[in-house]
Order: sequence, then C-alpha cells, then structure tokens
Amino acid sequence: MSGDDYLAHADLGGQRGHGPIKPESGYEPWHAAWEPRIFAVQLSMGATGVWNLDMTRSARETLPDYDQRSYYEIWFGALLKQLEGNGLASADEVAAGRSLRPPIPLPRIVRAPDVAALLAHGAPTERPATTEPRFTVGQAVRTIAGPIPHHTRLPGYTQGKRAVIERVHGVHVFADANATGQGERPQWLYTVVFRGDELWPDAEPGLTVSIDAWEPYLEAA
Amino acid sequence: MMSGPADRGRGIDAVRHSEMGEMDLRVRALESVLVDKGYVDPAALDELIDTYETRIGPRNGASVVARAWADAKYRDWLLSDATAAIAWLGYTGRQSEHMVAVENTPHRHNLVVCTLCSCYPWAVLGLPPTWYKSAQYRSRAVRDPRGVLAEFGVTLPSGTDIRVWDSTAEVRYLVVPMRPAGSEGLNEEQLAALVTRDSMIGTGLARRPEGLDP
Repeated sequence: MSGDDYLAHADLGGQRGHGPIKPESGYEPWHAAWEPRIFAVQLSMGATGVWNLDMTRSARETLPDYDQRSYYEIWFGALLKQLEGNGLASADEVAAGRSLRPPIPLPRIVRAPDVAALLAHGAPTERPATTEPRFTVGQAVRTIAGPIPHHTRLPGYTQGKRAVIERVHGVHVFADANATGQGERPQWLYTVVFRGDELWPDAEPGLTVSIDAWEPYLEAA
Repeated sequence: MMSGPADRGRGIDAVRHSEMGEMDLRVRALESVLVDKGYVDPAALDELIDTYETRIGPRNGASVVARAWADAKYRDWLLSDATAAIAWLGYTGRQSEHMVAVENTPHRHNLVVCTLCSCYPWAVLGLPPTWYKSAQYRSRAVRDPRGVLAEFGVTLPSGTDIRVWDSTAEVRYLVVPMRPAGSEGLNEEQLAALVTRDSMIGTGLARRPEGLDP
C-alpha cells in the first residue's frame, strides 16, 4: 500500500501520554486461549508465500483502530485484510465459520513435519552485494526528511536528523519496496547512531539511540 | 493462564463461558475456514504453538550469556559474529536470522526496543512479553530510558550512559548483561540461572547468586 492517503499508526517512538509500563516477569507467551491459535495461523499463512513480512507489517500499521487493539487483535485484523485482499477468504466465510467458495492454489502449505525446519531456517534478508557501500564506519550522515507516503522502517522521530555510521550490515531486502510489491530491491544496511540531544530537547546526558537504516534513508552530512 | 481467580468457584460453565469471548469465536471461525480450504494444517498449527511454549524461550538466551561469561573466547566470538556464535549453540532461525550481541559495561547500558512494531529475537528469547509490545514501552524507551528502567526497579549509576537499540530492520539484538559479583566459580548452568529475560532486553540486570545480600 502507498499513496497520499497512507496512514500508519504504529510509529510510536517518542510519543507522549502513553503512561507507565506494566512489567511482567515469567515466560507467558499468551494471555487468552485464542492468542496461540491466531499466532500459529498467521505464521502458517505467512509461510505460504502469498505475501511477505513487510506487507504484513504494512497491513497491521494501517488498521484504522490500531491503537484500540491488543497485539494479537492487530494480527487478526491484518490477517483478515490480507486474506480478503488476496482473494483467499472473505468476511462472509469467517462469519459462517466454513468455506463457501473453492480454495485457490497456494505456492506452499505448511505441514507439521515442516515446522521445525521452517522455524530453524527463518527468512534471512541478506542478499549478495553487487555494489560498494556508499558510506563507511564513522562517517557523518543525515536521514531523509518525512513524511514518507508508504510503509517505511525509518521512524518519524529519526527523520531529518544527523547521525554517524556505526556498522555496515551487508545488503538486505529493502522493506519499503518489499512492502509495496516492488520486489526485494536489496540495499546496504547500516546501524546509525544519533546523539540523544539531536532527537529530543530534553534528552538525558550521554544518551545515544541507534536504528538500522537502509542506504536510501541516508544522505552524506 | 486463561482463568483468573475471579473464575474460581463459579463452576466449569462459567470458566468456559469466560474463555469463549468474541475473539475466541472469531479466531476459531477463521481457523475453520482456512482448514476447510486446506490452506493450513491443524497439526502444523499445534506444532508451531508447542514449539514456542516448550522449546523456544529465554532459557536459550540465558545459556548464550552464561557461555559468554564463562569463556572469553566465546564472548569475543559472540560480540563479533553473534549469528554464528549463537547458531553454534543450536539457536537459529525465525526472527533471529541476523543477530548482534551488545555487552553492558560499567560505562554503558544497552536497552532494546522496536518502536515500529515488536521485533524481538525469538530464537533466543522466545515470544516477547506484553509490555515489550505495548505503546508505553515503545514510545518511551527511546526518549526516557532511565525513567523506563526505574519502572522495572533498575537504577543505574550516573556514570553509566544508555544506548537504546531501535530494531528497525531484520537485525535482532541480544544484551549481554554484566556478570554479577559473587558468581565466581559457578558453572555454566548455575550462571544461566542468574540471567533473566529482562536482563537480555536491558530492562533488568542479572540476578546476584543466592545467599548474597542484594
């Protein structure tokens, strides 16, 4: 998805007014009986190859009521949107609780014996380098200014800010392109570091914040 | 996990009713449609859930940290090529394809967040806790990390600077907490028991060995 009407609700870094954190210790992945089911359905559908993870993130962040939903309610809403958008299932079928139309062929269906290998391999995003990196460690850069009218992984609080290249990670699938159906368009990926007072007027002394930024996010400073 | 104290004494029907909320029904309906169409295999769903309930979790990361504390060569490897060093202990894959380990020192404390969603190193820490995914943590960790740490009961010395790692791409971060005083002579298993999940995110410190004053 992209365009002037692209409205993402997930870019929360630096926002005020969200209140205190509620720590929990213990490893409790789920807090309701349906949560593990939607988790597994989402992973299984994601592995079919009909869409990629960047498209899923875009589907989630554009849910109009994103801030009203719990984490797995966001997963559920985005999965429905992706199933409908790809013609795999529709709202009337979910309302009926059964299939009302024939299935369409999928590139892959995950079976139980595939699960261990699927998770162990994951989905690496590094690709072979065909260019030289434009920036080197220690170099001063500036991030591009927003607004960015499509899915992006350059947080708003870091747009148009000075930073220093700290690490070069190789060439990785470019989320902004991959989310919008333009293919992987791999780009050099860097860890860039911002001084706290470049980001916040009231930054605590000594604070630094880093992001991982693809080359199109950066200009020489 | 699914029925709280309020459900006790109200009988099994009350418990079942409280568990079958709107989301339970909707997710169940969606799953039925997808199984019906042959898009998902119920046995694969069960296997996925079981994996993250019983085989992948913060104990994996704790064993990585304990090895780094016990073995200086392994520590150096972990800090220079975390993906390979962690894979060597058997932890690989989804949401941990590209790992970086960052070490806490008396001068620097590392804190990991994903302000854009909830990126987290699943293969070493399992699935993230609710607070990690919350708007509260995601909004504040990059702006007021010391205030965030205070809510976890952590107070750092004023000479310790904070570095916040916002996980914006597919690189995932594991914090190597400082080895606690009094842990000399412990074996790796005993060391791993001192490594909390939060200490590997940066919202906590490693535990001190039992029997020592806090």
